[in-house]
Amino acid sequence: MSVIIPYVDEPHPMTGVTNAKLAIWLFLASEVMLFGALFSTYIILRHGSTHWPSGELNVPLATINTVILITSSVTMVMAWASLKMKEFGKFKMHMALTILLSCIFLVVKGFEYHHKFEVGHTPASHTFYAIYFAMTGLHGLHILGGIAVNAYLLWPGSKMWLTEPERFTGRIEVSGLYWHFVDLVWIFLFPMLYLLP
Amino acid sequence: MGGHQMSVEEVKKHVKGYYMVFAALLVLTGVTVAVSYLHLSVMGAVLVALAVASTKGSLVALYFMHLISEKAIIYATLALTAILLLSLMMISLYLTVF
Amino acid sequence: MSGHGTGAGHAHEGHHELPFWRKYIFSTDHKVIGLQYGITATFFLLFGFGLMLLMRWQLAFPGQAIPVIGKMISDDGVLTPELYNQFGAMHGTIMIFLGVVPMAVGAFANYLVPLQVGAQDMAFPKLNSASYWVYFCGGVVMLASFFFEGGAAASGWTSYPPLSDIANNAQSVWLVGMVFLITSSLLGGVNTIVTAIQLRAKGLGFMNWPVHVWAQVITAFLLLLAFPPLEAAGVLQLMDRLAGTSFFLPSGLVVSGEPLKVSGGGNPLLWQHLFWFLAHPEVYVLILPAVGIIGEIYVTNTRKPLYGYKTLVYSLIFLGFMSFIVWAHHMFMTGMGVTLSNFFQTTTMIISIPSVIILTTYLLTLWGGSIRYNTAMLFALAFLPMFAIGGLTGLPLGLTASDIHLHDTYYVIGHFHYVVAPGTLFALMGGVYFWYPKITGRFMSETWGKIHFWGSIIAINGIFMPMLFMGMAGVSRRLYDQTVYMHGAATQNLNVLMSVSAWILAVMQIPFVINMFVSWKTGKKCESNNPWDATTLEWAATCPPPHENFTTPVEVYRDPYQFNTANQAIPQFKA
Repeated sequence: MSVIIPYVDEPHPMTGVTNAKLAIWLFLASEVMLFGALFSTYIILRHGSTHWPSGELNVPLATINTVILITSSVTMVMAWASLKMKEFGKFKMHMALTILLSCIFLVVKGFEYHHKFEVGHTPASHTFYAIYFAMTGLHGLHILGGIAVNAYLLWPGSKMWLTEPERFTGRIEVSGLYWHFVDLVWIFLFPMLYLLP
Repeated sequence: MGGHQMSVEEVKKHVKGYYMVFAALLVLTGVTVAVSYLHLSVMGAVLVALAVASTKGSLVALYFMHLISEKAIIYATLALTAILLLSLMMISLYLTVF
Repeated sequence: MSGHGTGAGHAHEGHHELPFWRKYIFSTDHKVIGLQYGITATFFLLFGFGLMLLMRWQLAFPGQAIPVIGKMISDDGVLTPELYNQFGAMHGTIMIFLGVVPMAVGAFANYLVPLQVGAQDMAFPKLNSASYWVYFCGGVVMLASFFFEGGAAASGWTSYPPLSDIANNAQSVWLVGMVFLITSSLLGGVNTIVTAIQLRAKGLGFMNWPVHVWAQVITAFLLLLAFPPLEAAGVLQLMDRLAGTSFFLPSGLVVSGEPLKVSGGGNPLLWQHLFWFLAHPEVYVLILPAVGIIGEIYVTNTRKPLYGYKTLVYSLIFLGFMSFIVWAHHMFMTGMGVTLSNFFQTTTMIISIPSVIILTTYLLTLWGGSIRYNTAMLFALAFLPMFAIGGLTGLPLGLTASDIHLHDTYYVIGHFHYVVAPGTLFALMGGVYFWYPKITGRFMSETWGKIHFWGSIIAINGIFMPMLFMGMAGVSRRLYDQTVYMHGAATQNLNVLMSVSAWILAVMQIPFVINMFVSWKTGKKCESNNPWDATTLEWAATCPPPHENFTTPVEVYRDPYQFNTANQAIPQFKA
């Protein structure tokens, strides 16, 4: 006898979702609360400060990063759609692009951080920089996590496509949901930290 | 969408949609950056930035994350989360206004 | 996302050929993981209790050397003020985050939820194992903090800044430990919800869930959505301490006569809000599983259906929801306007309504039942009055006017200990006696169980009842030696009574622990799958259940609690 876990690759007839899909949405719900607390913190710190630095961050670099992250979201959803269309080669291309773009995002972010430290804008210098580094840092960690998962799914994990295509497609969808959420957080971070006067 | 019975034709239709959303997101990114150079009042800038970001966020959630055609149980989870998030965000009001 | 195989279901490892370490150490079997949680949590409960037993010596006999073991903790055997603070902070942290929650949620949800919904395991067995080991690491980190220079964290379990921001290194270790524990709870919460919803047996609708499953699912939602803000706050406090930020440090702070060299501009109240946004729902995380457990024990031992099952379920849901909008009643005294106080005072009064409804449904369940007074039932019965005292003493704290007098006194300590100690912990002990035959195939000794029960209930009231009076007399909590104040000296004799009661309570736990281990091998054998003649799905499995729980798939035919006129159970799984 062995243990059977149902609804791993087909949706539950009553709820209409697979286990993993329900799980990732629950996880994202908790992520919403995590970032929500930080957004709340931002508002309070900003309201409580006498002087709020603005225009000191690099808007062009951040705009490029925004475009990069949005593009990676598109390639991510295309990776999933390729599997749906049974085109494994296209999947590999789109997934590789997603990983590449996320790495570029981190490199650009690294340049930004490096420059900030060079001119003496550290987390300790002002609450604005404190929340800037806290939020972008935590977001960066999420990007790193996404890269790790996507890299696993592109290389060792993709063997599953041959044995359980439905389940593998589900995994890509779940990983995609996480990735789009990371993109979504950045969409709010970008104007809040870089653009507001 | 995101369901298991989707045919190849349906997926192709969605793919077109993804690229349209992509274009919209790029345009909106341009808009929000451009507006920041207009030097609006703080209130105006916050409102515009929030409106544009919310639109972009909704596009990502609705189309890339397939929320436009999700199951009731996911909607229920997110509705609960939204209410509790509101409660959490109220902290910023409590510490600033009251 | 575990396992290999094809088809509708997915099989993972067969249970014959597993080596020892896969079967008992890094097991993916929810029952083994549940027991791992249970054993680890028992250790931490005893450890946290032990810290308090030492503190109670200092409280009862201030400045006197602790006999026998005093020399182990300081040179002259006296519990120093520094150690007292550390023990106090770690007692709270360990009891809540490493003891009661892992026991109530980790052990009971893990072991029982899959069985009660008719599943073969949790939805994500490997994730389940991971959440236990993350919890274990968090525990090790917390214990390790005792060995740091300057000792363990000493800022209380609430870790209020700015003091915690400038406290010694152990506070950082505490924060890292918390991040582990929070992560573990999040993973566990996702797993419980998905298992209960997705892996239900055929025919099991939501309104056929046993009340324990309902309680655990709502608890999991609380963990999932309330913990992240504290995780965020923990990271911010860690940055305050390590990266020199000023999230919780206001401008112009002076420490030991020296201005603190930070940028300032932060807000210490922000920590309190983020902390209590978790910590109030956390109270319900502590209490809801207990409510679920005693529901199961009541029904089985009164031989009649639960009175007002739906009312109870809706009350639990409402209670869980409301717990997210009452948190600031912990902060009436720390800088809040009248408008806000009124709002939180009102929501606090509202949340007491579902609590009373829950108690009432249980009371009416007892009414007219043919009650079997076994040990499990005694503990469950004790829960009602104990939880009622705990709950009712909370009302004056939730009203701003009376809170002014009672805030941060021993009254608060008495209040929440009544909820958690003779409330939750008694329910959990009842749960252990009740499900022990299912887990081991043998009963625990009833004689020793009854000795354990009567000794514990008398001793525990000897600890916490005087606290309420002492608090009303105005004695503040966290005092190292209250006799230095006149009003403190006047009530010092109560401290002696409390300490002696605490030591008696400790002695009374010895038969329980011995009973738990000895009965495993020598207890009365359980002859059938359903020794208590209960109604829910876990009693369809053998005692103990095999790795896959049910050898033939179970099906559900009716609501969770039905009995015939001869007081015999009509189980959910009987056609």
